[in-house]
Amino acid sequence: MPVVTPGWYMTLAAVLFVLGMTGVLIRRNALVMFMCVELMLNAVNLTFVAAGRAAGVLDGQVAVFFVLVVAAAEVVVGLAIIVAIFRRRETASVDELAALRG
Amino acid sequence: MVELVIFVLMGAGTLAGGVTVVLARNPVRSALGLLGALVSLAVIYVVNLAHLVAAVQVVVYAGAVLTLFLFVIMFIGVDRQEDTSETIPLQRKLVAGLATVVALGGAVLVSRGRFTWTPASGEAAEIPNGTVQALGGELFTTWVLGVEVTALLLTIAAVGAIALAFHRRSAESPTED
Repeated sequence: MPVVTPGWYMTLAAVLFVLGMTGVLIRRNALVMFMCVELMLNAVNLTFVAAGRAAGVLDGQVAVFFVLVVAAAEVVVGLAIIVAIFRRRETASVDELAALRG
Repeated sequence: MVELVIFVLMGAGTLAGGVTVVLARNPVRSALGLLGALVSLAVIYVVNLAHLVAAVQVVVYAGAVLTLFLFVIMFIGVDRQEDTSETIPLQRKLVAGLATVVALGGAVLVSRGRFTWTPASGEAAEIPNGTVQALGGELFTTWVLGVEVTALLLTIAAVGAIALAFHRRSAESPTED
């Protein structure tokens, strides 16, 4: 029976990160792109936890806390921007926001 | 043994949720896929003895952040068809090629044994137990400055969101179309 090492979790995190990155690249809905960014952040969190376990220190879990806080702040501001854009332009598609003017 | 079973189940759950987020046509399904991925990850955190992180993951992410996502989806509406054709020429081919090169390079490095995740001492390190007490002690002694800065960051984010939400009432732009 194979033993699950931190490397397994690292691999899972890498696959999850690539999945999120693919989503950011291929989706056009700003909301879904945001969710994909959240996936990428979670992949990094998993890496932190696994690395902290491999090193036998608690600092990895502390780092996850700070990532969580930054992610929460990012979601709040990002969704506010999306809502503000939607009220003005009636769209959440990033392709239709190509012109950098109000 | 138990860890292997949980890793396989929850890893599959995480990836299924992630694939749903990326591929679902309906943003609500994307949000629910994200929920599945987040909860599966929380279980994985518990297996890694990151108890407080797992709890915060469920409360903050699956609770607050996902509710916010669903609220905005309902606010904006979900019926609009998404055009997934690429407007930047060569972007997809370039990214696919680059990803292949990176993946092959990583595979070569791993197969040659450059990256092993066994600790340097040779024996398995003790898994740090992330209880509330341990993590809180660490946060409020070593990282207390970081905690204060994140408090400031959250305040700024809240104020910024309020400013964005009430922007149009105060300053109506003359170039409004």
